Amino acid sequence: MNQPGPGMESDDILIRMIDVHKAFGKTKILRGLSLELERGKTLGLMGGSGTGKSVTLRHVIGLITPDAGVVEVDGNDLAKLSKKELSALRRRMGYVFQEGALINWLTVAENLALPLQENTNLSKAEIDDKVQEKLELVHVPDAGAKFPTEISGGMKKRVGLARALITDPEIVLYDEPNAGLDPQIAASINDLIRELSDKLEVTAMVVEHRIECLKRVADEVIFLFEGKALIRETTADFFQPTHPRLKAFLGVP
Amino acid sequence: MMQDSVMPFANALSEVPFLGELLILAFAAGVGYVLWQLRSFQDSLAEFGFRIELAVQVFARVHHITKRRRWVLSQLYGSGIQNMHVVLLVGLFIGMIFALQTGIELARFGQQDQIGVIVATGMAREMGPFITAVILAATVGSALAAELGTMSVSDELSALDVMSVDAISFLVMPRVIALMVIAPLLTVVCDTVAIFGGGFVARSQLHVGWSLYFDSAIQALQTYGAVIPLPKDVYAGLFKAFIFGGIVAVISCSCGLKARGGALGVGRATSRAVRDSIIAVIIANYFLTWFIYQS
Repeated sequence: MNQPGPGMESDDILIRMIDVHKAFGKTKILRGLSLELERGKTLGLMGGSGTGKSVTLRHVIGLITPDAGVVEVDGNDLAKLSKKELSALRRRMGYVFQEGALINWLTVAENLALPLQENTNLSKAEIDDKVQEKLELVHVPDAGAKFPTEISGGMKKRVGLARALITDPEIVLYDEPNAGLDPQIAASINDLIRELSDKLEVTAMVVEHRIECLKRVADEVIFLFEGKALIRETTADFFQPTHPRLKAFLGVP
Repeated sequence: MMQDSVMPFANALSEVPFLGELLILAFAAGVGYVLWQLRSFQDSLAEFGFRIELAVQVFARVHHITKRRRWVLSQLYGSGIQNMHVVLLVGLFIGMIFALQTGIELARFGQQDQIGVIVATGMAREMGPFITAVILAATVGSALAAELGTMSVSDELSALDVMSVDAISFLVMPRVIALMVIAPLLTVVCDTVAIFGGGFVARSQLHVGWSLYFDSAIQALQTYGAVIPLPKDVYAGLFKAFIFGGIVAVISCSCGLKARGGALGVGRATSRAVRDSIIAVIIANYFLTWFIYQS
């Protein structure tokens, strides 16, 4: 069994968490989580409800700061970055929110264009091209003029994915990319996630409950239990569990 | 005369048994209550600090206004035009009440011809900006808190953060600027309809002629201030409205940004926005009045 932690040295570690603790009020969510992720790899995160999967992702992008421990992205300790530096680092990252988190009073196209308008000097035509390209990538080419309230939950999710990809990020964090999607669309989204990491060397972390998703996209999977990474295996081994807790979680006899 | 009315009360008080003990008990209860509330007092202080900080951050971003003009304009339309009818209706009735209340009293002294003066100065100095601020708090302030609160609980604010979009420049600044512009404009509308409403009551119920009423009203508003060569009561009222607009917008936005915990949290943020805005407007009103009229 491959235990995660600072022992696993590699030159090209892009994301590193060392002994991260986080509590909300009296509820301790993370209790000494450590993990490392190499450039270009996709790491799946599994675990029961409330074990801190989304909290882990939010730490990586600096939406949550740890009570104790260190979160590093590309060698930068997030806690020590200035607002400007964090903002610059985030431009290299994308985050796919569970419910899409689209701005309600902007159209789908405006939602996608927003990060480009705010942080780049691209012309309107260039932005429009990019928006259309990403909408086609997630199979909603005609949704541009619609408002988020006019599209289905699954479409919102895909638009959220398109928005996360609009800046061509090096790191993408996916919070349940398959939830609320029908199997066919889910499969195509999973193919897309895989393709991004294969072709563009995108480094990714994927929180997901669906086994078929992680089997398709992840190189390795971590099982979070009691606020720590209890098990880390290659995807093939992860779904042939030997550990009793993981067996129980996956429902394998 | 004053002493006559106070003394019997003091005498009666001295006959209360265990007065000293009761006072000590009351004092202890007061101290206990204050200690019990200390935490919420600390929270309120923190909240106050956050709002001041937000206001400072908004004004540090005012130069983004050309980039955000689309949102400023849409907010102006949403907060101004869409609430015009409320201001018209409320302003009209406030003027009518004002004229009726003061008119009945003035008529006892045969001073009905002063109704126009009282309605005009009262509206321009106090009631116009205050009533407009209350209307804005109830309509726009609550909407701002609900809107930003919903964005907060549905991760939209986090999404902006992740995309390196400055939420204060993108969301808060246009709303604050719009409300600071619209509040004085609506105050003018409120004052105007109130003066007409007052005139209507003065004529129909207190038998004061149109021309007498309006002449005295207009005359009253033409006292020029020492600092700015404009009618003082008018610009003082508009300045108040300008500040009130900012207060309502900053407080409402801060409540929205701080909303946590789903629909319940949004509801709490909304009611808090209205409550705190009105309290802050009243307190600010005192200090502004003191500042403007002390000399």
